[in-house]
Amino acid sequence: MMPQLPGADHRGCGLSLRRGHGRLPPFDRRINQRVNQAMSTARTMFDKIWDRHVITRRGEQCLLYVDRHLVHDGSFHAFSYLGERGLKLRRPQQTFATPDHYVPTTSRRAEDAATEEIGRMIGTLARNVAVHGPVSFALDDERQGIVHVVGPEQGITLPGIILVCGDSHTSTHGALGAYSFGIGQSENFHVLATQTIWQTRPRTMRITIDGKRAPGVTAKDVILAIIARIGAGGAVGHVIEYAGEVFRAMSIEERLTVCNMSIEAGARAGMIAPDDTTFQYVAGRPFAPHGAQWDQALRDWKALPTDASAKFDREVSLDGNALAPMVTWGTSPEDALPVNGRTPDPAQAADATARDKIVNALGYMGLAPNTAMTAIPIQRVFIGSCTNSRIEDLRAAASIAKGRKARVPTIVVPGSGLVRKQAEAEGLHRVFLEAGFEWRHAGCSMCAAMNGDIGDAGEHVASTSNRNFAGRQGKGVRTHLMSPAMAAAAAVNGRITDVRTLG
Amino acid sequence: MQPFTTLTAIAAPYDPINVDTDQIIPARFLKYPRSGGYGQFLFHDVRRTDDGNQRDDFVLNRPHFRDAKILVANTNFACGSSREGAVYALSDVGIRSVIAPSFGDIFYNNCQKNGLVPVRLDAKVCDHLRAMLAAKPGTELTVDLHQQVVIEPDRTTHAFTLDAFGREMILKGVDELGLSQSLIGEIETFERAYQTQAPWVVQPPRTI
Repeated sequence: MMPQLPGADHRGCGLSLRRGHGRLPPFDRRINQRVNQAMSTARTMFDKIWDRHVITRRGEQCLLYVDRHLVHDGSFHAFSYLGERGLKLRRPQQTFATPDHYVPTTSRRAEDAATEEIGRMIGTLARNVAVHGPVSFALDDERQGIVHVVGPEQGITLPGIILVCGDSHTSTHGALGAYSFGIGQSENFHVLATQTIWQTRPRTMRITIDGKRAPGVTAKDVILAIIARIGAGGAVGHVIEYAGEVFRAMSIEERLTVCNMSIEAGARAGMIAPDDTTFQYVAGRPFAPHGAQWDQALRDWKALPTDASAKFDREVSLDGNALAPMVTWGTSPEDALPVNGRTPDPAQAADATARDKIVNALGYMGLAPNTAMTAIPIQRVFIGSCTNSRIEDLRAAASIAKGRKARVPTIVVPGSGLVRKQAEAEGLHRVFLEAGFEWRHAGCSMCAAMNGDIGDAGEHVASTSNRNFAGRQGKGVRTHLMSPAMAAAAAVNGRITDVRTLG
Repeated sequence: MQPFTTLTAIAAPYDPINVDTDQIIPARFLKYPRSGGYGQFLFHDVRRTDDGNQRDDFVLNRPHFRDAKILVANTNFACGSSREGAVYALSDVGIRSVIAPSFGDIFYNNCQKNGLVPVRLDAKVCDHLRAMLAAKPGTELTVDLHQQVVIEPDRTTHAFTLDAFGREMILKGVDELGLSQSLIGEIETFERAYQTQAPWVVQPPRTI
């Protein structure tokens, strides 16, 4: 066994033996094996995906090949930059566009947007699509939806790829074993023009949760518990791999929920190793490989999981048996606690910074210290977003709504036209409508609150989305994050409710 | 992009931790073109009262800090949404550098693409700088990107690092597109190898 070479630190850009070999074929197993033997370095799944995508490097930055690029109606600056420089979209067949942030959820007509200005955003994307020719799912296409729902649903998201999008919740796609991260508009532009991106290598963190979730504990509760534990900045500079029995037992939709909120812990990305659950999910989707290519892909994907002796920069573990349904009380996703808990008391804070944070958050939320979470009244409910708008989420919400009545305005916004269609085929929309919930069309809606779907100042909103930031769902709106079943329970009770008590 | 080498300017302290980019620029302003200027949206809802007037107690509204070009912030500054509008808004009021113990990763990258220098310094140093700036409003700090140091008025210096590639771009005031375009041969070679070995990636089936 050779000692690790100086400069071969895996926090660096790539394996040092490959330095100077900028043109290595990405999948050349012979060279990879040689490098591995020389290095004696077991690799994480992230390392494997990163290494095979490095085209070249300058200092600490690597030029990475981008396999899939998702764009939406908020990507207009990037297209403007492209136009200003007279450049073309380099790889239209690897670029996928759908409007989501600004679309109305009351109809499929841009004219029905909340304001003319908002409606114009949909037209701008349509024009950019017409000029540049990416694969497009327009507003009137049943495949339209939230980019992070559409990607996996269409088989655009695949194990082993690098996928980027000008949206922070791009971390979602890591649920399939991809390295997938959100980027800004300048980076978005660079990807449009070159199909590559310059990045420094993140550190790695593994979060292991073994055990078995108790009934009523959803993927949303798992990720909220993680964020509460490590903090909103707990994973800054890191890519998280989620490992252990709890994640292995999850469906792909549950894994998407977990990876989606990786960014709320500050992580660059979240990932879960592909397994048979993944392969079954991907098989047969429109943009997934098929035939001989499927067999070839499957062989490749099975080699992706982290090697047994690979080292992570940080290891965190939680007890899966001890998790409970979670809900947020404050203005950061880290302000999450079990639903049977109470708001914190600033007098108990560890230091002045923590005290100020609690005082400010309680002040914004209009809550007193030591308030039982289940005593907090709810004035509005939102079920949707890239976190929780897939068919399993809607089934969970419908199972609570069935035979009950909403006490407060409640909207259900499916993640895509196809999710909506599936829900209607299952009769879920009737359950919602009979319970007095509104049944909407696909879009980001009240999660990003850019399309005009907002709450009123002072309202407490039970939301299945991912951010409870001040003003996120409308100026002065007080957001409580929770799972779809808990949100439905809040809707029918008019207050935060432990879903386990509803039976 | 305006080059950045060394800047000596008034620095403003901003204390909260986990400041998200929704606070820096609320979502409803993101639909506007950059040409109209994003400075008017900076910290909009924390900076203004409900009737749109500027709040006297917000740090950037205070007379000594109105011309600040440096912001000293706290842990996990600009977390959350990837909106580059957060950087546009800071840049458009003249902020050229933000100093903090840690940043949201996407914001950190976005800064560099716009010539805004993100400086990571130890949390204790940031605490000290914010306390000093609050005690002596109008104090100037120097951010020297060549030497990678922040200098206090009493010449105390604090070293930081920005990776060499990102630093060069900001020093020259260029983005990396020119370099990337010059590497197109390598990109194409990579793509050809990919086409053979993972054809499903480069040529996804079109089933329309």
